[in-house]
Amino acid sequence: MATAQGDDGAFMPNPMQQFEIQRYIPWEIGGVDVSFTNSSLFMVLAVVVTSAFLILTMRGHQMVPGRLQSISELLYEFVRNMVRDSTGPQGEKYFPFIFTLFIFVLVINMLGMLPLGHYSFTPTSHIIVTFALAALVFVGVTLIGFWKHGIGYLKLFAPSGVPWYMLLIIIPIEVISYLTRPISLSVRLFANMMVGHTLLKVLGGFTGALGVAGIGPLLLMIPFTGLEILVAFLQAFVFAVLTSIYLNDALNMHDH
Amino acid sequence: MPQATQATTQATEQKGGLPQLNVDDFAPQLVWLALTFGALYWIMARIALPRIADVIEKRRDHIASDLDAAHKFKQKSEAAEAAYKSDLADAKAKAHAIAQDTRDELNKKTDAKRADVDGQISAKLIDAEKRIKSAKKAALKDINVIATTTTKDIVEHLIGNKTSDKDLAKALKSIATG
Repeated sequence: MATAQGDDGAFMPNPMQQFEIQRYIPWEIGGVDVSFTNSSLFMVLAVVVTSAFLILTMRGHQMVPGRLQSISELLYEFVRNMVRDSTGPQGEKYFPFIFTLFIFVLVINMLGMLPLGHYSFTPTSHIIVTFALAALVFVGVTLIGFWKHGIGYLKLFAPSGVPWYMLLIIIPIEVISYLTRPISLSVRLFANMMVGHTLLKVLGGFTGALGVAGIGPLLLMIPFTGLEILVAFLQAFVFAVLTSIYLNDALNMHDH
Repeated sequence: MPQATQATTQATEQKGGLPQLNVDDFAPQLVWLALTFGALYWIMARIALPRIADVIEKRRDHIASDLDAAHKFKQKSEAAEAAYKSDLADAKAKAHAIAQDTRDELNKKTDAKRADVDGQISAKLIDAEKRIKSAKKAALKDINVIATTTTKDIVEHLIGNKTSDKDLAKALKSIATG
């Protein structure tokens, strides 16, 4: 494997190399590795780009919005309506959190599309990052559920109007589906981002390796790049929608 | 840099798996995720989102107040139209009344004049009739005299006798009555 990779490395870039963490500034505090890595760089970039865009485009306070201001307002209204539709008036105060989640994932996914050679990186293609976000949502939603309904939140697992012998089957299923939420939420995003980017890197590698014939994979890359942009948006949206739905469960329980 | 890349590549090779599953890389990613996500949440919740909400709300208010103003203006114009219509109707009624009054007055005047003229005419008629009557009477008297003299002349011519006025008158009378 070592030799194969060495040979390939000269001939064609390894498509998995883009997922490697590179420590730009190695740093350790109290035995914890807090190095500034390529992942950190892209997360910081996402924060800077998002904040700068949303604040600068709204600087004019235009009554009739320009193009850029319209984009900010559209993003705002889009997430706001989504939160309102799925959680009702009680979810209003969690809107900033869901908006942050959506825009953070969206911008990171999009920044990962930038063709920056081996500097290019997508933090959301790392399971640890998506799992941390999903875990944050899971823990937060569970705490809100118990805080709002007390021990009654456990009724979420036992829908009313179901005969007791059915509950023997339904309760374990509901508990498992509840506990697997953070896993499905994080794996969905991570897998989508990783597979899409790997595919683009593989096609890109072929383009370089095949010389003139590389026009084939290059042409193929055009629709796949468009598709990957769609996936980047869609996955951010799905993440935010599922968070809203989970939040709705915690706020309003099931209305079975 | 090449050394670092080589090092990481070697690390990946040693683990023999995905770079995503390299446990050594978890800590820095989690730390920076917490930092950046926290910072972004703070900026969004405190600065960016309230500003957008403010602009959208202001616009909504502006549109609402504009619509309100338009509604008020519409009501005003409708009221003005109604006032105009009622004024028009009043004016029409007044004009009618004035026309009627004038007509009535003129009618009265002409009636009075007519009555006056009628009176004058009938007085003149009566006067004329009187005069005609008296003229008739006079004429009739004259006729008698003329007839008597004429008859006397004719009789004298025919008979050659002088007739007495008494006989003549008798005869004439009998003819006139007969």
